[in-house]
Formats: sequence, structure tokens, C-alpha cells
Amino acid sequence: MSTKTASGGFKRERRRHDAMSVIFGILSVIYLIPVFLVAMNSFKSNASINLETFAFPAEGTFVGLDNYIKGLTFGNYPFLKSAGYSLLITVVSAALILLCTSMAAWYIARVGSALSKVVYYLCVFSMVVPFQMVMFTLARTADTLKLNTPYTIPIIYLGFGAGLAVFMFSGFIKSIPLEIEEAAAIDGCGPIRTYFSVVLPMLKPTMISVGVLEIMWVWNDYLLPYLVLDRKKYMTIPIHIQFLQGSYGSVDLGAIMALIMLSIIPVIIFYLTCQKHIIKGVAAGAVKG
Amino acid sequence: MKLFQKKRDATALNSPLIRRPIQKCFWLFLLPTFAAFCIGFLYPFCKGFFLSFCDFKTTKNWTWAGIQNYIAAFQDKSFGHAFWYTALFAVVSLVLINVIAFAIAYALTRGIKGSNLFRTVFFMPNLIGGIVLGYIWSMIFNGILIKYSTSVVLETKYGFWGLIILMCWQQIGYMMIIYIAGLQSVPEDMLEAARIDGANGWQTLWKVTIPNVMPSITICTFLTLTNSFKLYDQNLALTAGRPFIQQGGEVIKTTEMLALNIVNSFYASARSRGVGQAKAVIFFVLVAVLSILQLRSTKDKEVQQ
Repeated sequence: MSTKTASGGFKRERRRHDAMSVIFGILSVIYLIPVFLVAMNSFKSNASINLETFAFPAEGTFVGLDNYIKGLTFGNYPFLKSAGYSLLITVVSAALILLCTSMAAWYIARVGSALSKVVYYLCVFSMVVPFQMVMFTLARTADTLKLNTPYTIPIIYLGFGAGLAVFMFSGFIKSIPLEIEEAAAIDGCGPIRTYFSVVLPMLKPTMISVGVLEIMWVWNDYLLPYLVLDRKKYMTIPIHIQFLQGSYGSVDLGAIMALIMLSIIPVIIFYLTCQKHIIKGVAAGAVKG
Repeated sequence: MKLFQKKRDATALNSPLIRRPIQKCFWLFLLPTFAAFCIGFLYPFCKGFFLSFCDFKTTKNWTWAGIQNYIAAFQDKSFGHAFWYTALFAVVSLVLINVIAFAIAYALTRGIKGSNLFRTVFFMPNLIGGIVLGYIWSMIFNGILIKYSTSVVLETKYGFWGLIILMCWQQIGYMMIIYIAGLQSVPEDMLEAARIDGANGWQTLWKVTIPNVMPSITICTFLTLTNSFKLYDQNLALTAGRPFIQQGGEVIKTTEMLALNIVNSFYASARSRGVGQAKAVIFFVLVAVLSILQLRSTKDKEVQQ
């Protein structure tokens, strides 16, 4: 605050700040309207979602939890099964990516061989390749190698998502002073012990950033699991919703709104609980990627 | 960029004490990631590049076709239409998202009450997946348009602006976060000096603040640009290319963007797979060039700092 501002200036400034707070408060509410609308419409009958999207549920249009009950049993594939597979794939993929790529990044950063340089530049290169470039051949390769189940698809995610993770980890490792690891080595730690008890704890901030980015990517990913997974047996949440909406003719909007609501709720809970890390992680990933 | 810091590399790598034992454990540290990388990226990429010069129905059953696929891809009217549509979309969304995100970030770094809460709210849509976003907004647009007895999939302009609104809603929060980080790193004494020299708000913004956040501006413009070019899920869920029109015997999907066009030509018929793969290679070159330009300009800006 400038020293020459008179007290009148202060007051004016504060009043302007208050006005801004009010404006942004209103803007925030407007910004959340789409989510409110989904929540509201998930309790309404089909006809009223179509014709009166913005009306509150009323006497004739309120259907209670019907949409949710319908949605969970809708079609010939239970939604909870899709949600379970989504959760399984996301958790296993993120854990696998964090463990394997951080180890690989340590190798790349500390071993200056030609191989480690080649791998590093390949990883950087893979970051600029859009998925459509590899999708057809990747789906076939996954089929041949039996990587088309929720239990094995994390290997595909590790392979396709390695680029950004290796890049971020090795960037961070290079900024860690070598002396710490040398001290561990002199004290008799082998590389495995050095990695797990010295390097890994220091990687925590980058782990969180990479973890957040990978979780967001895998959880919301549609095209990769759609092409790779055996669709008759396995679905994830995005595939499930696209599948219901895509079957035109008899779209049950109410049930779909209920399912959309069910798929947003965990995301919002995840966001509200680790909000600080998510925002930090995303910013770090953007600046580096 | 970390990529270009050769000097630090050299010192970090010069410790045989660390290097030799790790190298012995190659199979544990590097091999799992490298093997998955070969399966999930390297092999499909090389095979895909090779197949773009072939006629094929499956990856095993191919015949050499030379640059035939590329010629067909460039002659495909729907591909050309998708390119221009995507480019127009990218430019409009780039301008809108960045201007609004910067304005919000600027206001939220002025120390107004509740800044953190507003930041949380604006960032939230970014976590919702593309498919779900598409259906949320298609419900909203159709709810408005049904009053005029039309719908978002019936007119190209609704599909276009609908997707713009959707992308703004999703991405403004993300870009805002990057701009906030940039704005917070503007040296306080520089702003103070400008104020003492009698610069007004606008002058300070244009002459001091914006030059200092140039790195953030570069990052955000290129992020919005590449995001728009790679956009798929939202496009599929909102309009899936509708409405379709007939043009010279070919069906043009008027709101189809590049990524969707490529996926469609792969899976529409087995005959067009070679062309689809050739389109994918062209698409890759396009996105790669944009990304390299981004790396370049980010690096240049960092040198100036």
C-alpha cells in the first residue's frame, strides 16, 4: 500500500474491494449453476428435464430417488461395476506410474549413459504425440498382449503416460544435491535402500503433483479405455455414460442426470479434500509441460 | 526449461559412487518403465507411422501403398473442413479464455476478500471429464434452445458457440491458476516504483505487470491452442459432428474437429484405415510443431528474465 494514500483513499479502496467481493460472489454462484442444474434435474421426470430444464422440481415433476434407482440398474451393465473398474484402473495406474517412473527418472538423472539419454529424449518426445497417432496400433498391441482388462491396462497407462512423469521427476532429481545420496552410499546403502529411504522421501512434492495429474487424466480418460478394454466385459464411468447417451431413440435423461451426478460427487469430494495439492500440482505440471 | 540445462547435468552425473551401483540395478529401475514405454508408446508409434504408407485392415494384414493415403487425406473434404473448423475454434477460444482468465486472476490478486474461495470455485470444472461436461452442457443448451424449437445439434453456429462456452467454463480456472502464479511473482518494488512515479492503474498494468507475466501468457496461449487442437471428448459428447450436410457427394460433419475426424475415419469403414492413419500422422506433425514452438518461446522468455 502506497504511503501517500490519504485515509479517504483507504476507505474508497476498501469500498471498491467490498464491491469486487460481491461481484465475484455472484459470478461464483453463476459459475456453479451447471452443477446445480444437474443436481436439480436428477430429481425430475424425463419430460420436465426436456421442456423445463431450469424449473425447480415441483409437485408433478418431482420423482424422488427414482432416477437414481433407475440409473444404477439401467441398461444391461450395472453402473457400480463401471465405477469400480474406474476406481481400480485409476488407483493402480497412478500408483504404478508414480513408483516406476520415479525410479526410472532417478536412473536417468544419475546415470549419464547413452541409453539413459535416449530414454529421456524419447519420453520428452512422447509428450507432444497426440493419442490419435498411436491409438489403432496401440489397441491391437494391447489385444495381442492381453492388456485389455482393467487389471492389466495400467501397464498401457504406464507406457503412454511415462513421458510427463519421467520429465517432471528427473527435472526435480537433478536439483537435489548429490552429496546426500553419496553419504548414504558411503554408509553402506545399496541402490535399492538409497532409493527407498533417501531419494523417495525427498520426491514427495513432485509425487503429489504427478499423482494429481495422472489421477485426473486416467479417471476422466475416455478414448484409451474405450479402444483398449474388451467393451463387452468392462466399462469405465465415461464409457458407461457415453454408451447410455449414445444409444439414441430411448434416452432416459433422468437416469443419465442421476449418473452424471453420481460421477461428479466423488470428483468434488476429492477436489475439496486435496484442493491445495491439486491446484499446486496442476500449476507445476502446466509450467513444465 | 530443464531440458536445456546441460551444465548442471554434467556435475550431477559425475559420481561413480552413485552411478555404478544404480547401473547394476538397471533391470529394477529402468527396465519396467522402458518396457511399458515400448509397449504403450514406442512400438505403436513406429508401427503407426509405417502403416500410414500401407493399405490395411488389421495391423498384420497390410500391403504397401506409398503416399497414396496422404494424397487421399489431403483430398478429403471433411478433413479440410475439420482443420479449418478446428483452427477457427482454437483462435476464438484462445482469445476468450486467456482474456477472461487473466482478468479474473488480476482481480483475485488485488487482495479482495474471499479470493481463495473464488479461486476454488473457478477451478472446479477443470476436474470434470470431457464426456460428462459435454452432456451437462448439452442439457443446458437444449433447455434454452427448445424454447425456440431448435437444438444444439441442429445448427452449426450453436454447436460452435456451445463448445466455446463449454471450453471456457472448463479451462478458465486452469489458466487463471497459472496467471495467478505469474502475477504473484511480479516484484512488489517495481509496482511501488511505478506508483510513486505517478503511473495510473492502466499504465502500471500495461507497462509493468504484463511484461513481467509474459512467460505465463506464453504458456497459457499455447496450452489453450494445443488443447483446442487435441479436443475430442467434449466434441464427441456435445454434438459428435452434427449437423451433417451434403457437399459435392460427400457428407460433411459441420461441427467435427480434427481428432474426431481422425477417429471417425478409422472406425467408419475398414477400407479407410490407411487414410485415417495418414491423417493421424499429419495431425501429429501439426501438434508437434505447435508444441515445439511453445518450448522455444518459453525458453526464450526465460532467458530474458
